[in-house]
Amino acid sequence: MLDRLQELKEEALKKVEAAESVKELKDIRIAYLGKKGPVTEVLKGMGKLTAEERPKVGQMANEVRAAVAVSIEEKEQKLEEAALAEKLRAESIDVTLPGRPTVKGARHPLTSVIETIEDIFIGMGFTVAEGPEVETDYYNFESLNLPKHHPSRDMQDTFFITSDLLLRTQTSPVQTRTMEKHEGKGPVKIICPGKVYRRDEDDATHSHQFMQIEGLLVDEGIRMSDLKGIFEQFVKRYFGEDREIRLRPSYFPFTEPSAELDVSCAICGGSGCRTCKQTGWIEVLGSGMVHPNVLRMGGFDPEKYTGFAFGMGVERFAMLKYGIDDIRHFYTNDTRFLSQFHRV
Amino acid sequence: MLVSYKWLKKYIQIEDLTAEEIAEQLTRSGVEVDIVTPMNKGVKNIVAGKVVACEKHPEADKLNVCQVDIGEEELAQIVCGAANVGKDQYVVVAKVGARLPGGMKIKRAKLRGQVSEGMICSLQELGFEGKLVPKEYAEGIYQFPTAVTPGEDVIPLLNLDDHVLELDLTPNRSDCLSMLGVAYEIGAILGREVTLPEVKEVESTIEAAGTVAVSVEAKDDCPYYGAMIIKDVTISPSPLWLQTTLMAAGIRPINNVVDVTNYVLLEYGQPLHAFDLERFGSKEVLVRRAFEGEKIMTLDGAERTLSAEHLVITNGKEPVALAGVMGGANSEVQQDTTTILLEAAYFSGITVRKASRDLGLRSDASARFEKGVDPNRVKEAGLRAAAMISELAGGTVVSDVTEYDALDRGEKEVTISLAKINDLLGTAIDTVTVKTIFNKLQFAAKEDNDIFHISVPTRRQDIAIEADVIEEVARLYGYDNIPATLSYTATTPGGLTELQAKKRKVRRFLESVGIHEAVNYSLTTAEKESLFEKRSAERIKLALPMSEERSTLRTTLLPHLLDALSYNKNRGILNVALYEIGGVFHTNEAALTTQPSEKTYLSGAFMGLWYEHAWQGEKKPVDFFVVKGIVEGLLEELAIDADVRFDQAEVTGLHPGRTACLKVNGKSVGVIGQLHPNTAKAWSLPETYVFELDFHQLADQDEKVVRYAPIPRFPAMDRDIALVVDENVKAEEVEQVIHELGGDLLKHVALFDLYQGEHLESGKKSLAFSLRYQDPEKTLTDEEVTVVHEKVLVGLEERIGATLRS
Repeated sequence: MLDRLQELKEEALKKVEAAESVKELKDIRIAYLGKKGPVTEVLKGMGKLTAEERPKVGQMANEVRAAVAVSIEEKEQKLEEAALAEKLRAESIDVTLPGRPTVKGARHPLTSVIETIEDIFIGMGFTVAEGPEVETDYYNFESLNLPKHHPSRDMQDTFFITSDLLLRTQTSPVQTRTMEKHEGKGPVKIICPGKVYRRDEDDATHSHQFMQIEGLLVDEGIRMSDLKGIFEQFVKRYFGEDREIRLRPSYFPFTEPSAELDVSCAICGGSGCRTCKQTGWIEVLGSGMVHPNVLRMGGFDPEKYTGFAFGMGVERFAMLKYGIDDIRHFYTNDTRFLSQFHRV
Repeated sequence: MLVSYKWLKKYIQIEDLTAEEIAEQLTRSGVEVDIVTPMNKGVKNIVAGKVVACEKHPEADKLNVCQVDIGEEELAQIVCGAANVGKDQYVVVAKVGARLPGGMKIKRAKLRGQVSEGMICSLQELGFEGKLVPKEYAEGIYQFPTAVTPGEDVIPLLNLDDHVLELDLTPNRSDCLSMLGVAYEIGAILGREVTLPEVKEVESTIEAAGTVAVSVEAKDDCPYYGAMIIKDVTISPSPLWLQTTLMAAGIRPINNVVDVTNYVLLEYGQPLHAFDLERFGSKEVLVRRAFEGEKIMTLDGAERTLSAEHLVITNGKEPVALAGVMGGANSEVQQDTTTILLEAAYFSGITVRKASRDLGLRSDASARFEKGVDPNRVKEAGLRAAAMISELAGGTVVSDVTEYDALDRGEKEVTISLAKINDLLGTAIDTVTVKTIFNKLQFAAKEDNDIFHISVPTRRQDIAIEADVIEEVARLYGYDNIPATLSYTATTPGGLTELQAKKRKVRRFLESVGIHEAVNYSLTTAEKESLFEKRSAERIKLALPMSEERSTLRTTLLPHLLDALSYNKNRGILNVALYEIGGVFHTNEAALTTQPSEKTYLSGAFMGLWYEHAWQGEKKPVDFFVVKGIVEGLLEELAIDADVRFDQAEVTGLHPGRTACLKVNGKSVGVIGQLHPNTAKAWSLPETYVFELDFHQLADQDEKVVRYAPIPRFPAMDRDIALVVDENVKAEEVEQVIHELGGDLLKHVALFDLYQGEHLESGKKSLAFSLRYQDPEKTLTDEEVTVVHEKVLVGLEERIGATLRS
């Protein structure tokens, strides 16, 4: 009987060894360990055994059962592992294929420049003021010390709608409008971005419509040195810490003294190149101390208050910052142009 | 203003500085020099020559064979094609080996069998601009007006060793529209004296019969008029030095008399005019306003119709000059002129500017009068010119100046304290430095206890108030020497207004959705506008547009956005989504008298695929619901706390069945829709969708406040239903009915399927909704939900005939 059990054990283990699927193993389990299996069959003959033999055979039978069960379990695990490995192998992908892109619309470079500059000045305590694009002669010219027939009006060729209404040629009218709201009391600290219009033929460097940012600070005791100080802050934050500034005398009807602001050329670092026309400097904006007539017309007493104003061309800033060579790109909305600015 | 460096040296000592160095100094102190141009554009080895013999080329009609003395042992034979070459002329010769501008090298050549050892040159060939070359030589070779030594280097002769500074003058510095003004400016920068030209006493004979009478009717327009008579002049080309000086300054030499008036104009900044007295028509000068519609033929040959705002010089009857702008053709100095009436006058800037602008006629004279000439130099300039004419044209000045004179020549007085200067500039400049600056400027200044009393010379018309004087001090002190400080104003909170902040929010949202921002022109055409004529608004047109394309202010952002789609499509970019946030202009007035209403619109335009994934093969063309989703997202972003509805609508330019009007609290604030196929065709666009919203109205709405709501503690139960309804029943309607019937337990309804097709009766559609029931207080039982759900189903059938889809 013991021999028979030993035989059965070896037979079962061989089959388990040879099994190739979980199903086969299941069959083996039923065949050898089931109630009708040969081990049970052998045990049924136990009655014929002596009391001495019985526990020996019983023990042996249990050993055989256990050995077969363990072997089946081990084999099962092996087969499952192999199946999983096969599944994973089948699921493998080409990780170099491009990912699914997330969408990102581009901010227009002019918007980007305006927002950047707004934020720099907001950080210095300025608010953002806006005004109408169809202006009156008074706000666009007269209140800015440009009476009718003033030769300086020629500096800005104007789109008139009627003799009194026009498309503003500058964002400066927002200066007067804001000063009026302050009713003669400082401080006034604003920057005013917006569209302006001039009678220019559109070409690589001219546009009949463009954007400006105007700045105005009026308070008691404002000095030209303060203008220089704020420009230093602004230029370093916008153009970079290593940039130098210089002021150059100029003329604007609404400021006196007036100054152009030059920034050291980023391309050559000031030694002179094509971009800066060999001067080492790039002109970036016009500025000056607010003309007493402009303060007066805005309702401020020029004996008590002084201030400075500045105006910059947004397209110029964008062109300098991104190396854009033609102003018309800003207005054609070619997506091959726009999409280049989705990171700005 | 073109400033010859060599000419400048007549008035100020600048031998130690190059033209470039002068330019840099001027630019840094406020008179910007655009460019310094050498007169010599690459000319080398060019000499003066005398044509000793000139014969027709035996083989070619148009060529001449000349024997030219070029100061060498042998004559040079030169074949010349110019029609005006002739014997005994003094000409410019490019010898063999010479260089011309552009690097051209002259070689010995054979022309139709004749040896040519060099070239006789025109001025253009030497690099002069054609429009500056005296007319008589413009089509041929140049001839020296007087004898020159053959072989002499022409570079100094023709002033080719000069450099010209091109000034980019701001309108206030009209004083630098003269050589003397520039000399004063350089003098102020360098601290050097200016040498004034010598105005020689003219020999004049008082001859009553020869004088003219001067009367001025328009006294405000012409506070000074001086006339001088110079008789027995001989009109001829000017001497070489005068010709080359004028050409360097950008003025074409004409004849000795006209050239002198131009020379003095450049020297003093005072325009002068020479009339031919015989052609003048009388001996009486009358300055008056023109009659309405009066005509004058100006020197440029154009007939001008004048108005009563224009000032004319007349001979008592008819106009002979448009005052301060241009002379009349009827009294022009010509070859046979013998007696000159020389005008030196002061005309009001406003009057001259008016005429110049009205007639579109700019001249060197008008440019100067417009900005105000120096009242103290008018007469002096006249005397200087008279003396020069007398010297160069051989005439005699008949009398002293006959004049009308009511001119204010007083100097402006400005008083300013040292403290005021330093307060405005933020500097600590001392008294001595300020005094020195006034000295350099040649401003007479008296100082008393740090208060300066300044008399501003009349040449500086731009200086009238304290701030002007402070600028003079600042620019000569040097802007570089002004420190950089930070103002000590009260701290102010900077920031954006709510509207500005919302604008940025909208931009960030649309960027995140994947739409590029466009910026378009505000000016458009009436035609494009009319395709979206959804308002009966009047159009706002420019008085004088530069082109029809940019003549009308936009009332909608859509046309230019469609232009942009079309632009991209034409370049092969077929999937485009753009938005713009910008101003539009509306008025109710047929003729604008007040500022129009300016609104900010937010619009978008879409064509092609909304989503595409190349290798996964996913493609999603844009449709109405893509755009609606974006607009809904936008409303969500703005957290609008109001009743928002999308109503089916018909809008000009849009698809009648695929357009919705967005209503906030019942008020229309925008549209979404597909472009009408006809409109799309007008832009050659495929299926295109747009939206246009009134941004101000959206941004003005109350914002939803964020408040915490308790998280439900008991589970919800979902029931899905598919309803069959008539196809014209709106989904929103069904949803509303479900909500009403569902009561408090129904928390959420969502449409998840729409079906129309073969498995349904025609004229019907199936809408599938998911309903979520929930009680915040307890776990709902199946029975409880069924009671409510049944009520919903029954109600749906009763109210809108909806049946459950089997």
